[in-house]
Amino acid sequence: MKDLSRRRILFGGAALGAGALLTACTSNDPGENTQIKDEDTDSNPNAAPGTKVVIGFSAPGADHGWIAAITNNAKAQAQAYSDVEFKSVEAGTDAAAQRAAISTLIAQKPTVIVLLPHDGKELNSVGLEAMKAGIPVVNLDRAFPDQAAYRLQIKGDNFGMGLAAGNYVAAQLKLKGVSNPIIGEIPGIDSLELTQERTRGFNEALAANGFKVANRRPAEFTADSGQKAATELLQALPKMDALWNHDDDQGIGVLAAINQAGRKEFFMVGGAGSKAAIDQIAADNSVLKATVTYSPSMASSAISLARLIGQGKGMSDLVELQVPKEITLASETITKENAAKYAKLGF
Amino acid sequence: MTDQSTKPSVPAQNPPGQGAPAGVHKSGGGLLRADWLKGDNAESLRRNLGLVGVLVVLVIIGIITRPELYSDPTWVKNNIFTILQQASAIGVVTVGMTFVIIGGGIDLSVGAIIALAGVWSTTLATQSYGAAGMIFTALVVGVAVGLVNGVLISYGRLVPFIATLAILVSARGLAAQISGKQTQVSTNQTINSIATTKILGIPLLVIILGVVVAAGWVLLNRTTFGRRTVAVGGNTEAARLAGINVRWHTVLLYALSGLCCGIAAIMLTSQATSAQAAMANLYELDAIAAAIIGGTLLSGGRGTIIGALFGVLVFSTITNLFAINNLSTEVQNMVKGGIIVVAVLIQQFRFRSVTQLLGRKPL
Repeated sequence: MKDLSRRRILFGGAALGAGALLTACTSNDPGENTQIKDEDTDSNPNAAPGTKVVIGFSAPGADHGWIAAITNNAKAQAQAYSDVEFKSVEAGTDAAAQRAAISTLIAQKPTVIVLLPHDGKELNSVGLEAMKAGIPVVNLDRAFPDQAAYRLQIKGDNFGMGLAAGNYVAAQLKLKGVSNPIIGEIPGIDSLELTQERTRGFNEALAANGFKVANRRPAEFTADSGQKAATELLQALPKMDALWNHDDDQGIGVLAAINQAGRKEFFMVGGAGSKAAIDQIAADNSVLKATVTYSPSMASSAISLARLIGQGKGMSDLVELQVPKEITLASETITKENAAKYAKLGF
Repeated sequence: MTDQSTKPSVPAQNPPGQGAPAGVHKSGGGLLRADWLKGDNAESLRRNLGLVGVLVVLVIIGIITRPELYSDPTWVKNNIFTILQQASAIGVVTVGMTFVIIGGGIDLSVGAIIALAGVWSTTLATQSYGAAGMIFTALVVGVAVGLVNGVLISYGRLVPFIATLAILVSARGLAAQISGKQTQVSTNQTINSIATTKILGIPLLVIILGVVVAAGWVLLNRTTFGRRTVAVGGNTEAARLAGINVRWHTVLLYALSGLCCGIAAIMLTSQATSAQAAMANLYELDAIAAAIIGGTLLSGGRGTIIGALFGVLVFSTITNLFAINNLSTEVQNMVKGGIIVVAVLIQQFRFRSVTQLLGRKPL
């Protein structure tokens, strides 16, 4: 799908470019101020080896499948380029440790720094420090409050994730003709801004359909905490129509709790898009019917873009000469119908 | 004991059966009622009755706030088992923790040991050895880490706080390393079915908790090991002069705590059908809190297993109460904190009027 659309845009762009060139030839006026993309030389000119780029990378010591996937994706993507040198530093266990690690990294003067901060607010200062030292910073996932602290921010869409989950839940309930549904929600760590964003999106989508959440039990992004939260939720709601669990890793525990309680009168939507969840959706043998993506593939994209920034190139499908400043991924809904397509993005 | 928590009115009417286990160790197993109702025994009896009182109040609040749920007998039965199951793993850990604290130490590494034992038993090909292999691995890892704790403290002369803190950090690190930072799913159906098995209608997890509590009670109140534990925690020097090998005894206490963590690791792995490096997060704090509000003296030398169990049940019941009323976990944590403070205040200052109010009436 990604390849297809990219190729399509590329061809479209080429056609447009050719067209523009043609018009430019016939009449001198209109082509001058039309900002279009020039025809690319090869299939993807940006992939061709260029100036050597040293990418410094830092992500928190992962205790979670998603963050592990972030680090693995970044490493794999860097290896795919012959002109990229990948310098990874451990981020330690908290914001202070990561700040120290990145300060050391800055002293080594990499071309670009890609980091997934423990906390965007707490690491803002280190972003500023790097930018001041002339090293562009690519921030992954957890935004810096200060615009000067980053060159590029690439994030998942937390609000959109909630929105997508809410819309799917509402649509399914409407399809089933449930008018007054009982909806449960199991978020992750509740104090995180990303969790609050997800919940806000979910509530807005439900409210648009006149629905609301009946009970909400936060977990901690781990399977055992998910199991505990789900057990309590199921006990509080003897009958339920739909459940949104924010995270597929903790979802392993949530599904275990559902099986242990012997409940199956409702359907469940997951979050993030783990491999196990996608497989289960495809198999269609549990209450898990869909998951909304928050893909760690953003790390691979971040490395690609960091390389382009280092080489002073733009994104080949955009007209701009440089990489944009903000990119927010869309949260897509994976169901049985399209599970096969997303299987390779599962982590 | 589990039965009493679920029908809180029973122990209130029958205090001797309730208080007897708690305080026997100090009175030398005195058989005369009048004897063991004095001093420490009466004290722990009052405290346990206080905790039972808290449980009763929590259940009454539950009945008032969600009468439609409590009017369904099947739901009530399920809810009792839910509360007990939620308390099962942390309850097992608390038993070990109570021994360590009575012995004058503290174990901050319990959550990390559970994570390491859980992760180890689900990775490194141990899953291919089947359920027995996984259980064996978890128990061995638990005991081994406990022994490391004990040796560092006893023979390395590290302060328990520092030694177990160091193990907390490194055990979680090792767990993350072994698990490849991924959630390790248990594919062993025997292990996974532990959480769903019921024997005579009672969930196996609750039975395991009951067995561990009973074994802990016997060990503390009816064996030399238990008496030595109290002696070591109460006055280390006196215990040494009395001929107790204090160092070795301390090692054993931490190994015991590690064993409990190994058992809990299997229980949690079975419940979550997986293990990961971040599992059992902050269990050390929950276990310490439960032991303390159950009447275990943080400075050592005194404590009860039954009290610790009630401490766990109080926390588990609060969680349940907040869940069925859809109240936020933040408030729940504040309430938990409040209960810990009040319980320790009562313990520290022997707040007579309160303890008498809670404890004397049924006598």
